[in-house]
Amino acid sequence: MSAGLMAYVWEGLLNTLLLTVFGALLGLVFAFVAGLARSSERKVVRGIAMVYTEVFRGFPALVLLFALIFIVPQFGFQLNPLFAGVLALALNIGAYAAEVVRGAVRSVPPGQLEAAIALNFTPLQRLRKVILPQAIVAMIPPFTNNLIELLKATSLVSLVYISDLTFAGQLLRASTGETALVFFGLLVGYGVIALGFTVVMKLLERMAARSLGRSVPKGLFGRAEVAA
Amino acid sequence: MNFQWNLVWDAVPTMLDGLVVALFATCIGYVIALVLGLVFAFLRRSGNRWVSAPVGFLVEFIRSTPLLVQLFFFFYVLPLIGISASPLVTGAFALGLHYATYTSEVYRSGIDGVPAGQWEAATALNLSTRRTWTNVILPQAIPRVIPALANYVIAMFKDTPQLLAITVVEMLGGAIALGSETFRYSEPIAAAGIVYLLVALLMAWLARIVERRFGQVRV
Repeated sequence: MSAGLMAYVWEGLLNTLLLTVFGALLGLVFAFVAGLARSSERKVVRGIAMVYTEVFRGFPALVLLFALIFIVPQFGFQLNPLFAGVLALALNIGAYAAEVVRGAVRSVPPGQLEAAIALNFTPLQRLRKVILPQAIVAMIPPFTNNLIELLKATSLVSLVYISDLTFAGQLLRASTGETALVFFGLLVGYGVIALGFTVVMKLLERMAARSLGRSVPKGLFGRAEVAA
Repeated sequence: MNFQWNLVWDAVPTMLDGLVVALFATCIGYVIALVLGLVFAFLRRSGNRWVSAPVGFLVEFIRSTPLLVQLFFFFYVLPLIGISASPLVTGAFALGLHYATYTSEVYRSGIDGVPAGQWEAATALNLSTRRTWTNVILPQAIPRVIPALANYVIAMFKDTPQLLAITVVEMLGGAIALGSETFRYSEPIAAAGIVYLLVALLMAWLARIVERRFGQVRV
């Protein structure tokens, strides 16, 4: 393989990692805003959050991506393609992760909230000091699944000609003709990246569990069961 | 901005053709996922480590890698080893294999949920392994996982637009083809998005009915 082709692979790898990391960060913002809004006292806020999660879980990520690339420019915004990719992925994964946030907040025993109210905590203090530290421990295992789903979804951007890892694979296939080898290598590459993210998330899970004085989960590679 | 709603309306016949293709791929893929998932779950529980470990690795591997790359892999590699299938069949197979790794996890949780006493009772009654599975374990494991399994129909349907990468013309593929004729991409893509959303919401509603029907398992 020539050095020129190798440069495409490195660029693709970098873009895939950037899309995953920034998609995850932006998705996390959407997830927390929508997930916490679901337990708001105002009906309007709850309604908006529900519409967001239902609509973006109902849209295929690829359709969303095409919509951002083709439809949004008609309204006068020209999005940078890489940013359009991050935004589409974040909107999509954020809707799934919002459900995780909602479930985790609900899983905190009601006595904890009552105790915080009894101690005269402000709503923000209740959330920051009592609810979230406990809820976040419950969020991390399902977030790991969301993150891997996001990593997998980044490959979709290759279909709108953003030069991610899959796109580099296509270039490599076209120029070398080693079809089976290239796609197998691509699958192994994604598998290795997924494993890397899983290990990082396991370490985070340990840190969060330890900070609460809970027992630390063993093993670095296993993933939680997937819920649809 | 010059978004024309009448062009969205014009795209409807193409969308209906695409919907048939997408539903076909979903149905074939779902049957494969249901059957293959059970096989995976069964093999992973095998007492033989030389069976359970490789199957476990394979399931994790398929579950961690993009469906899109798997589609390309089967689309380009199957013909090289002498298997020629239409892109739609290849796509449905890849979709089924991908989701079989998800359904196998669902089956596994269902099987793990069957109380240990049931296994012991089957042993005490001297039932064969096959009878234990077909008459005792699976009849209790499967009903309780039906709601989770139903949700994967929706997930699979929403992954069908990826089939456009291997030349299958479903709704999004149809929308893009229409756009390349008229040079107006927005309206057909919007039409595709609306139909996907409506069908996915309809499926979610049906899944909720299934959940209500099978949610409570009598023990």
